[in-house]
Amino acid sequence: MADGTRDNSNGTDKAADRSNHNLPTDEAALSARLSRLDHRLSEIRKERGTQADQSASESQNRSANASAMARGFRLSSELIAGVLVGSAIGWGIDRWLSTSPWGLMAFMLIGFAAGVINVMRAAGVAQGDGSPSSWPNGTTRRDDNARDQ
Amino acid sequence: MADPIHQFQINKIFTVGHIGGHEIAFTNSSAFMFAIVAIITLLMLGGSAARSVIPGRMQSLAELSYEFVSDTLRSSVGEEGMKFFPLVFTLFMFVLTANLIGIIPYTFTVTSHIIVTLALALTVFLTVLLYGLYKNGLKFFKLFVPHGIPIYILPLIVVIEVISFLSRPVSHSVRLFANMLAGHITLKVFASFVAGLGSFGALGWAGAVLPLAMTTALTALELLVAFLQAYVFTILTCIYLNDALHPGH
Repeated sequence: MADGTRDNSNGTDKAADRSNHNLPTDEAALSARLSRLDHRLSEIRKERGTQADQSASESQNRSANASAMARGFRLSSELIAGVLVGSAIGWGIDRWLSTSPWGLMAFMLIGFAAGVINVMRAAGVAQGDGSPSSWPNGTTRRDDNARDQ
Repeated sequence: MADPIHQFQINKIFTVGHIGGHEIAFTNSSAFMFAIVAIITLLMLGGSAARSVIPGRMQSLAELSYEFVSDTLRSSVGEEGMKFFPLVFTLFMFVLTANLIGIIPYTFTVTSHIIVTLALALTVFLTVLLYGLYKNGLKFFKLFVPHGIPIYILPLIVVIEVISFLSRPVSHSVRLFANMLAGHITLKVFASFVAGLGSFGALGWAGAVLPLAMTTALTALELLVAFLQAYVFTILTCIYLNDALHPGH
């Protein structure tokens, strides 16, 4: 409120100045008002920014809870996709080379392994947010080391 | 009781022509896809027509959807991923609009058909494969060869990696399709309980309140799922595109 009244008084001052054609003081008053306005705007922005951050993190939490089912669905579909693709490749190799049933058996197991890797990546266990680009130092290496020891 | 699968039936509207003995028909699915594209186009053109500094409702909607997708893309792929923005934005808007339209009664849900979601997922898959090969050349195959693996186990790991890569379009498409299919069937089954109980007279109508409440709640859930699955589809697209740009580091 104080600012507002001061602004008003400045406004009347300015009008008086203008009528007197006293430009320098007019500009000084204007720049003072501008800097005050800047100051207040930046304060308001800061407040709004923190509020927005808070609400953003809250909504993220909420959506994370709501998407628990979606997450479960994602993980299961990753596993199933791996097994399906592995089996399909094995079946194709069997048909092509008539090696039934060995191709299907081998590739179903490999597909299962691929599905488990998919799930681990999707769950973020094997480093990163499911992106295989972060693979190199992933868990398989650690598993291998553990097996060696 | 009404057949809960009936809503997914494809009906021919008219025949466009024949290719190699196969009939190419314009179906209700095609009609809804055209409607979806028309709605998105209208929304975007209407939203960007005013170009005012203080956006109106339409402009806010257009700007929000733009910023949402561009933020998702930037955060998971980086600034250079913005060259894929048209693809990702188109996918997001198409899937989201298809899912949302599907909730309206008597409409057809395009994304509840695996052939549609598989086509979308294969578009992403082939984009990743072709662009990855074009940009990185043979280095792209580093994606399948993680370093730090002992040589005797490497062939097995490479085969597993390749299968893992090939399974992406499957899981990518099945997730969206299964979510929409399961959600719509559940909704239909609960809604048919209302009518079924209603045929038992006054007591039945009193009992029908429960499935009616459930149907209402499920519709709200479906609204969430519609948005969530569109978002998941988009973010997975971004993760896969990231591989095309930076394979294997």
